[in-house]
Amino acid sequence: MRRWYLLLALPFLGLLYPPLYSAEDPELFGFPFFYWYQFAWVPLTAGLTYLVYRKTRPAERAPAQGSGRFSRT
Amino acid sequence: MTEGFPVDGVAIAVFSALFLLVTVLGFVAARWKRGDLGLLDEWGLGGRRFGTVITWFLLGGDLFTAYTFIAVPALVWAVGAGGFFALPYTILVFPLVFLVMPRLWSVASKHRYVTAADYVKGRYASRGLASAVAFTGLLATMPYIALQLVGIQFVLGGLGIEGEWPLVIAFAILAAYTYTSGLRAPAMIALVKDTLIYATVLVAIIYIPSKLGGWDAIFSSASEELPNRDEPGALIPSGADAQVAYATLALGSAMALFLYPHALTAVLSSRSQDVVRRNMSLLPAWTFLLGLMALLGYMAIAAGLNVSEPNNAVPALFVDMFPSWFLGVAFAAIAIGALVPAAVMSIAAANLFTRNVWKEFVRPDCSDAEESQVAKIVSLVVKVGALVFVIFLPTQFAIDLQLLGGVWMLQTLPAVMIALYTRWFHRWGLLAGWAVGMVFGTWVAASQDFVPVWELPVLSVTAYTALAALAVNLVVAAVVTVVLGARGRADELDETRPRVYEELEETREPAPVVEAGVR
Repeated sequence: MRRWYLLLALPFLGLLYPPLYSAEDPELFGFPFFYWYQFAWVPLTAGLTYLVYRKTRPAERAPAQGSGRFSRT
Repeated sequence: MTEGFPVDGVAIAVFSALFLLVTVLGFVAARWKRGDLGLLDEWGLGGRRFGTVITWFLLGGDLFTAYTFIAVPALVWAVGAGGFFALPYTILVFPLVFLVMPRLWSVASKHRYVTAADYVKGRYASRGLASAVAFTGLLATMPYIALQLVGIQFVLGGLGIEGEWPLVIAFAILAAYTYTSGLRAPAMIALVKDTLIYATVLVAIIYIPSKLGGWDAIFSSASEELPNRDEPGALIPSGADAQVAYATLALGSAMALFLYPHALTAVLSSRSQDVVRRNMSLLPAWTFLLGLMALLGYMAIAAGLNVSEPNNAVPALFVDMFPSWFLGVAFAAIAIGALVPAAVMSIAAANLFTRNVWKEFVRPDCSDAEESQVAKIVSLVVKVGALVFVIFLPTQFAIDLQLLGGVWMLQTLPAVMIALYTRWFHRWGLLAGWAVGMVFGTWVAASQDFVPVWELPVLSVTAYTALAALAVNLVVAAVVTVVLGARGRADELDETRPRVYEELEETREPAPVVEAGVR
């Protein structure tokens, strides 16, 4: 179960080394790479955090949340 | 800071109507999720019963302050990419908090802690260390409240309103409903604020680029203009200095944010650990908004606006682009946006003073009712203080102090956050590390005119001063811990038990009294 937390390291790796994304090209919708790359990490990080949240939640809580989809790893 | 914007009657009318609406809401909030407001838990934490939705609005409205919405685009307008670190900062803060904050929520809920200093006192049985944490929180919060006023000032300026009296009225209203309703007031007002802010930003990022010839045109005119600034900016950070500064500012700010009392207050007011955890995947919606807002700085460049000071970039852009009625909505969004954090900050400061100064040193056996009464009065004093600060001292003073605030708050990380995982550090070591970190960080920042980054010796790259000070802090704390060994550790006085921190321990128990109302 605890291994899921490692996923949360990804945004740190992706964002804390600016040479990785300090570039103008390729552009997307007029946005230089530097900007859209960082914007892309917003939904990505939210998704990863949600995944970790679901995967590390204990089984007992699930019924109270409506949707029954959860897993206990 | 006067730009001489024209007086706009329609905009002022819309603005005033919205302001009136939140004033009414602020007072009505006292009856919402009714509780005994004579208890600090109720007045200062809303009874710890806010669910996912309310917590999302409250935390979003609390962390993404009006000043942020003015200052981040202003920085982007002035220096370009360097100001955009706010985006990685507010991306990284949530996974970080996802790991740490549920533990603090859990232990605080178990022991009825209201402040970080309460926790430190329980964990280390050290009044000195707890006082240090409380002092830091108060010190960093005061200028932050003042800056919210500065945010309102810039908006009022944009409406063509000069002079101090409107600011005094706005703050008097704020003070009155915070006094009567406590944390319920900002929680309820946050619903309005957040809706308005979202509407404003969405309209701005669709409508304004269409008038300026699209994003392509906006970025290319920024790219042409930025290198011509007195201190040349850039669209893309280049060179090791700019990039290390960018990354360390993002990381250090993310680490410091939830040490601030107002952030902690909003976290502790939530109903369960599960609410806190779930919110960390929902709050990035705010991050996205802030990123878009930052780009308003480039739009102001593309629109060819000349402002005497960067903080007028957003007001000037709105005045230039929006019809009067929407200008009223947009400015109300920002001004109301100042009220939510200002209220939460003053409540957080009041909680700190009451719990960790008044009850600790002045009246150890004060009753619950007295405790809550003192907090209410302190919340007033704090706001008057901020008002005096803004009216009588130069704005730059508040801005400099707020920059220092980040440096200061980060120095409490070992005593508050590392303590959630290990009690390895000696309490005197933590106190010594804190003191050295505070003095060192303040000295570095003050000696170079409050530039937030510092050129590291030996490595010769510039990095965020707060992180450098934290490194010094940790080294001192570790050395003192090793030197003192077992003497004076008082491990047996730790009132928290390992089980209390454990993941999701608390959520399995039924939540405390949930009355009818929004979950």
